[in-house]
Amino acid sequence: MKPVGIITRRELASYFATPVAYVFIIIFLVFTGLCTFYLGGLFERRQADLLPLFKFLPWMYLFLVPAVSMRLWAEEHKTGSIELLLTQPITTWQAVVGKFLAAWIFVGIALALTFPTWITVNVLGDPDNGAALAGYIGAFIMAGAFLAVGSCMSALTNNQVIAFVLAFVVCALATLAGYTLVTDWSRALFTGIASWSFWGEGMREGIQSLGNLLTDGIAGLSFLTHFENIMKGVLDLRDVLYFALVIVFFLLASTVLLDARKSK
Amino acid sequence: MIKTQNLTKNYQGLLAVDNLSFSAEPGEVLGFLGPNGAGKTTTMRMIAGFIAPTHGSASICGHDVATEPLAAKSVLGYLPEGAPTYGEMTVAGFLDFIADLRALGGEHRKTRLDYVIGRLQLEPVLQQTIETLSKGFKRRVGLAQAIVHDPKVLILDEPTDGLDPMQKHEVRTLIGEIAREKTIVISTHILEEVDAVCTRAIIIARGKLVADDTPAGLKSRAPSGRLEDVFRSVAA
Repeated sequence: MKPVGIITRRELASYFATPVAYVFIIIFLVFTGLCTFYLGGLFERRQADLLPLFKFLPWMYLFLVPAVSMRLWAEEHKTGSIELLLTQPITTWQAVVGKFLAAWIFVGIALALTFPTWITVNVLGDPDNGAALAGYIGAFIMAGAFLAVGSCMSALTNNQVIAFVLAFVVCALATLAGYTLVTDWSRALFTGIASWSFWGEGMREGIQSLGNLLTDGIAGLSFLTHFENIMKGVLDLRDVLYFALVIVFFLLASTVLLDARKSK
Repeated sequence: MIKTQNLTKNYQGLLAVDNLSFSAEPGEVLGFLGPNGAGKTTTMRMIAGFIAPTHGSASICGHDVATEPLAAKSVLGYLPEGAPTYGEMTVAGFLDFIADLRALGGEHRKTRLDYVIGRLQLEPVLQQTIETLSKGFKRRVGLAQAIVHDPKVLILDEPTDGLDPMQKHEVRTLIGEIAREKTIVISTHILEEVDAVCTRAIIIARGKLVADDTPAGLKSRAPSGRLEDVFRSVAA
C-alpha cells in the first residue's frame, strides 16, 4: 500500500500550495468560534465541557466539507491529470484512499486548531477531558464520513460546483434524517395516518409500530444520531463502526464510479 | 513490445476505434498517423489502460492491460495528450512524485532524475511551479515523467506539439537515442516527423487501419513519392 502514502503526501502538499487551505481553515475556525461562543453560549452555560463546540460541528461540516471534497476527482478530470495518475502503476482503490486520507488529514488539522476552546474550558473549570477527547475523535471520524460521501460525488462529475451541491444534498439528508424535527415529524405523520377512521384496531397499531420502526431505522442511518452519543463523551464501538462502514462504502463506490468511467 | 488484437472502442454508437490489430517490437519507433478524430488518442489510451476497450485486447510486454494492469503499467512510459501534470507542483516536486510512484530508489533514482532533467533541459525551471511554465517546458516535463523510470515501452501522444523547431529536433534526437532497445509508439500529424524518427508508420482513418509500412514503403505508394500525398489518398 506504499502508493497510498505517496499520493496522500502529494495531495496534502497541494492543499497548502494554494491559499485555498488557509482560507478554509480560517473560515472554519471563525465559524466554529462564533457558534461555540455565541449560539452555543459556552460562557453563559457555566459548564466546563465542549458540547457547545461539538453541537454545531455537523452543520459546519455540511457547508465546509463538500468544499474540500468537491475538487478531489472533479478537478483531476477537468485538468486531465487523472490520465497521468491512473496510468501510473497503482490501482484506482489506492488513488481513492490516498486522496481521501489527504483530505481527512487536512480537515483533521482544521479541527485540531479549535484546541484553544479546549484550553479555555480547562482554564475556567474542571472538564471531563476524557469526554472531550472522545468528542474530538468522534468529530474526526464523522468528518471522514462526510468526506467519503464528497469523494463519491466528486467522482461522478467533472464539475466542482455540481460535486459540491451533490455532496451537500447527500450529507444534508444523512444529517437531517436524525434531527429531532424530522423524526418528530415522521412519527406524527404515521400517527396521523393511523388515526384515520377506516383502519381496524390491529391495523392501527401495525401502522403505528411500522412508523416507529421506519423512523428509528432512518434516524439510525443518520450521521447526527451517531454523533450525538459521541459528543457527550460516549465513544460507543457501534457508532465508530457505523462511520467506518460509511467511509468504506463510499470509498468503494468512488472506486467503482471511477472504473466505470473508463468503459463509458 | 506492444500488441493489440481487434481493439475496438464504441462511444455510445460512435465507433472511435474499429478492430485495430497491430504490434510493435523492440527497436521499432512506430509512427501513429491519422487525421484529427481518427482514433489515435483513444487507441493510445486503451493501450495505456486509461480507458477500457469495448472489444479486443492490448498487451504490453506480454502483460494484458485488462487482466494484469499493474504489470503492464510498470513497464510503460506514457505521455498523455496535452501532457497533463499537476500545475501547482514544482518541476522538481513533480518528478520526485513520479519517481516515488515508479518506486525508483537509491543511486539509480538519482541517476535517472539527473538524466531526464539534463536531457530535457529542465534545470532552469526545477523550482518553478508547472503552471507558470511555457507550453514547451510543460511538454518536456511530461516527457521527463514518461521516461524517468527507463521503461521498456513508450507511448507518446504528440510529443513535439507546442515545441519550437530547436526543441522538436532535440526531442527527436532523444527518441532516436533511446529507441535501440525500446518499443516506442508516437502519434503525430507532422509528417516530417515520420521521416525523422520512425522506422515504421501506421495510418488510421475513422478508427480503421488503412496503411502499415516503412516510411520509404509508404512514399513509394504515391507517384510523387511524397508522404503527404499518400496520407491524403489513404486517409480520405
